[in-house]
Amino acid sequence: MLLVLTVVCVGSGALLAWVFRVTEKPIAEAAAQTRIRAISGVLPHYDNDPLADCVIVVPVSGGEPMKVYPAKVGEELTGVAVESYSTGGFSGRIEVMVGFDTRGILIDYYVMSHSETPGLGAKMDTWFRSEVASRSVIGRDPGASRFKVSKDGGDIDGITAATITSRAFLDAVRRAHDVVFDDNVLKPLAP
Amino acid sequence: MKYLDIIYNGLVRENPVFVLLLGMCPTLGTTGSALSGMSMGLATASVLVCSNMSVSAIKSFVPPAVRIPVYIVVIATFVSVLQLLLAAYMPALNATLGIFIPLIVVNCILLGRAEAFASRHGVVASACDGIGIGLGFTFGLTLLGALREFLGTGRVFDIVVYPESFGSLIFVLAPGAFIALGLLIGLFNYIKSR
Repeated sequence: MLLVLTVVCVGSGALLAWVFRVTEKPIAEAAAQTRIRAISGVLPHYDNDPLADCVIVVPVSGGEPMKVYPAKVGEELTGVAVESYSTGGFSGRIEVMVGFDTRGILIDYYVMSHSETPGLGAKMDTWFRSEVASRSVIGRDPGASRFKVSKDGGDIDGITAATITSRAFLDAVRRAHDVVFDDNVLKPLAP
Repeated sequence: MKYLDIIYNGLVRENPVFVLLLGMCPTLGTTGSALSGMSMGLATASVLVCSNMSVSAIKSFVPPAVRIPVYIVVIATFVSVLQLLLAAYMPALNATLGIFIPLIVVNCILLGRAEAFASRHGVVASACDGIGIGLGFTFGLTLLGALREFLGTGRVFDIVVYPESFGSLIFVLAPGAFIALGLLIGLFNYIKSR
């Protein structure tokens, strides 16, 4: 009885160890690919390696350290991508990659992970870049005081029936903006 | 013929979703769309075939007193292997199914088939049972996913059938899963009774 249990466990342990060794590299590559796709989707033209040039910024106003990826053409800074988050989602944490030009105008965003309700809050990956101007956040300045959902007196129409998700999403975008443009992160990036 | 009969048995007579009502957690949880339902079904089916064959192969060495722990170890191993493979080669699918992949371990279908079928039959027959039940599960999840996606968003497999604004969102949410499943079980019983 003991022998059978031991043999079965050793066998399955060996199989798992082998599969883990084989898949270790592809898993790391897949994670890096997701990040690269997120960054390249939200940044303007660049010829550097934003992943290698990444700087970690601790916000002055508090909160978690955040990763900022600069986009450069030659030595000139053309924009930044910020890996931002919000804990105010309807069912947990929302992580968004947000891209800005050097003046702080939002270029594009990419929702990296969330657990919002399918069909409601989960629509945020398309809703806020909609053709309808009052929904879109693209081309706006998240530093502006009216960068809020219309229910809170702002300019942006939140997702129908998902105001909490909309607030959390805008919170993540604003956090990304503020960490770069309030904390003077840009100057050291552009020598 | 005998093997085909075993497969048919899993697909129709003992369909895990509509007849045995096993594995309800992923059935309700991952069928928001036809595609995710089908992926979940196929993931479960692949683990089921592997675990059924392994359990059948080692059944004569395993003393009855420790058979349950042994089966669980076998199932958990294959589920972990599947999760690693999905994370490595299909990261998008892994992100969609999320927690439901590791939860395959506690799916009653797997332990149920190991105990009720694989521990009493040969390797080939057990593989056929795994294929039959696995495909039956996949069929059930795909059908339920397609129905919910159709009623909720007007699409089937992401192909637009009618505009989304006419869909009723409740079918994409949890309550709709129960309603749609109940309707499908009723339909299945109606067809079977004729």
